[in-house]
Amino acid sequence: MLRVVNLSVEVNGKRILNNVNLYVKEGEVYALFGPNGSGKSTLLNAILGNPSCKVVSGRIMFKKKDITNLPTYERIRMGMGIAFQNPPKIGGVKLIDVLRFCAKIGNFSEDKIFEFAEKLNMRDLLYRDLNLGFSGGEVKRSEILQVMLMNPDFVMLDEPDSGVDLDNLTLIGRTVNDLLRDERKSGIVITHTGHILDYIDVDYGIIMYNGRIACIGDPRDILKAIRKDGYEGCIKRCLMNL
Amino acid sequence: MSDEFVERLKSVGIELDSKKRSGSFLQEDQVVKTVSSFFAGVEVMSIKEALEKYDWLEDYMWRAIDVQDDYTAEVSEEFNGYFIRSLPGAKVEIPVEACLYLKSVKKQKVHNIVIAEDNSELNIISGCVSHPTATGMHIGVSEFFVKKNAKLTFTMIHRWERDIEVRPRSGAVIEENGTFISNYVLMSPVKLVQMYPTAYLRGKNSKAIFSSVIIAREGSVIDSGVRAVLSANKSSAEIISRAISKGGKVISKGHIIGDAPEVKGHLECRGLILNSGIIHAIPELEARYPNVELSHEAAIGKIAEDEIFYLMSRGLTRDEAISTIVRGFLEIEIKGLSDVLKREINRAIQMVERELL
Repeated sequence: MLRVVNLSVEVNGKRILNNVNLYVKEGEVYALFGPNGSGKSTLLNAILGNPSCKVVSGRIMFKKKDITNLPTYERIRMGMGIAFQNPPKIGGVKLIDVLRFCAKIGNFSEDKIFEFAEKLNMRDLLYRDLNLGFSGGEVKRSEILQVMLMNPDFVMLDEPDSGVDLDNLTLIGRTVNDLLRDERKSGIVITHTGHILDYIDVDYGIIMYNGRIACIGDPRDILKAIRKDGYEGCIKRCLMNL
Repeated sequence: MSDEFVERLKSVGIELDSKKRSGSFLQEDQVVKTVSSFFAGVEVMSIKEALEKYDWLEDYMWRAIDVQDDYTAEVSEEFNGYFIRSLPGAKVEIPVEACLYLKSVKKQKVHNIVIAEDNSELNIISGCVSHPTATGMHIGVSEFFVKKNAKLTFTMIHRWERDIEVRPRSGAVIEENGTFISNYVLMSPVKLVQMYPTAYLRGKNSKAIFSSVIIAREGSVIDSGVRAVLSANKSSAEIISRAISKGGKVISKGHIIGDAPEVKGHLECRGLILNSGIIHAIPELEARYPNVELSHEAAIGKIAEDEIFYLMSRGLTRDEAISTIVRGFLEIEIKGLSDVLKREINRAIQMVERELL
C-alpha cells in the first residue's frame, strides 16, 4: 500500500527526517511512537505532501505509484486520509462545509454525514465555525468524523488520544476500531500514551528517534519497554538486539 | 430597460417586482423614474414630493447630519432623492428597494430621509449602480430616524465603475429601544469611496449594528469608517467590518464614544490582503464615563498556509481551499436580519467572490 524509501525531509531549512524507510502492506496498521520532536508528525505530513515538508531525497510510493511530487489533494483522492493532532481554526468555515468535502471524497451521501455525526456526538457542532471554541475532545472527534467520511484506504491518525478524557477516548477508540477493522485498510497511528491501543488492533510498533526509525517490533512489547525504560533505554535495547 | 441593466440592478438587490418588495424607488441621475409602494404601512416618495406633502419634513432635513463640507453644501443647494417612512406600528418585513443610478451626469446629488415611526419595523435595500461608461461623482446625504421601539434595517449594496467617486454622508438618530442595523457591501472597482456615517444613540436601550464587507481592487481607495455616539443610558453599538484588498487601499475606521453610563460598544475590523494592497485599520474608543464597556479587535493578514493545507487534506485543490477560506472570511453573522435580506447580502457577497477569485 505505502512504501517510503530513503526519505529525507527538511522543514524551514532544518533536517527533520533522515533516510526513513517504511513499508506498510494492505491491511497492516502501525503504531508510531517517539519523543516530542522526533519527526512523527513530519513523517505523516510528508506522506501527505504538506508543502512545508521539503523532500530532499528519497521517494514515497502509494498504491504502486510514485506520489513524491503529487499535490496533497491528489493523494487524498487516491485514498489517503488524516486526522490531525492540532488542526487550525478557520473562521466562517462551518464544520458541515468541511464534512461535505470529506463526504465527497468518501462517496457518501449527505445522510451519512448526520449519521456519523450522531455516532460521534457531534450533531450540535455541525453549524459552528471549524474548531472555534471546540473543546479538546471535540477537536479530536471532529477529526475522526472527517476521516470516517473520507473513508480512506490509508488512514493516518496523529495522536487521536492526546488530551481527551476517558469518555471521549472510548468513543474515539471504538470508532477508529470500526474504521480500521476493514481488512483492506492500512494505517499509521501516532500515540504518545498508547491509550488508543486498548481499542484497536495494531500489527507493528515503530519508534522514531532523531528523525530516524530506531526500531520496529511488536507494538505491545515496545509500549511496555517505553513505559519501563523510557525512549532512550528502549532504543538502546533495540540497538543491542540488532 | 435592457437585459444587461436589469441584471445590473438585480446584482445590487433591485428586483422591480412588486411580489418581492414592499415598495420601489428608482432615480437615474437627478430624475426620479419609479416611485411606488405596495404596502399600506409604508410611504415611498421622492424627497421633493414629500417636502411638498409634509410641512414637518423640513424639520428633519439636516438634523442627523450637518452641512459639514463642500459635498454636503452642494447637496443642500440642489438635490433629489427618496423619502421612505414606515407608519407607527407597521411591520414592513418585505424590503423596500431604492436604487440610485448614476448614468451620465457629472455629479449625482441625493438627499434621502428614512423614518421608522414608533413601534414600526422597516427593511430597506438600497442599491447604487452606475452605467459602464459613467465617470462622475455620487454624493448621497442620508438621514435616518429610528423612533421609539422601532427597528430599521438598511442594506446598501454598491456597484460602481473604476472612474467614479462616491461620497456618502449619513447620520442616524435612534430613540428609546430603537434598533438601527446597517449593512454595506461594496462589490466593484471604484476610484474612491469616502464616508464616515455616524449613529447618534439618543434613547435609552437604543442599539446600532453596522456591518460592512469591502473589497478594494487595484486603483480603488476605500476610506470607510463608522462612528457611534452612545449618549443614552444602556445604549449599545457594534461595528463589524471585513476588508479585502486585492491591490487597492482600504482605510477602515471606527470610533465609538461612550458618553453615558452603562453603555456598550464593540469594534471589530478584520482585513485580508490577497497578493498585494494596503489595509489601514484605525479603531478608536472614547469613554467619558467610568462604567462603560468598550472594546475593539483588529487583525490584518494573509491567508494562512496551514489553513490552505488543511482543506487540501480534505480533497480540495489549492484554489478551492483559498476560495473556501475567503468565503468564510466574508461571512458575517448579522443578528436580527430577515431571510430576504440575508439572501440578498449573500448573493452580493457571492458575486464579490466570483469576481475576486
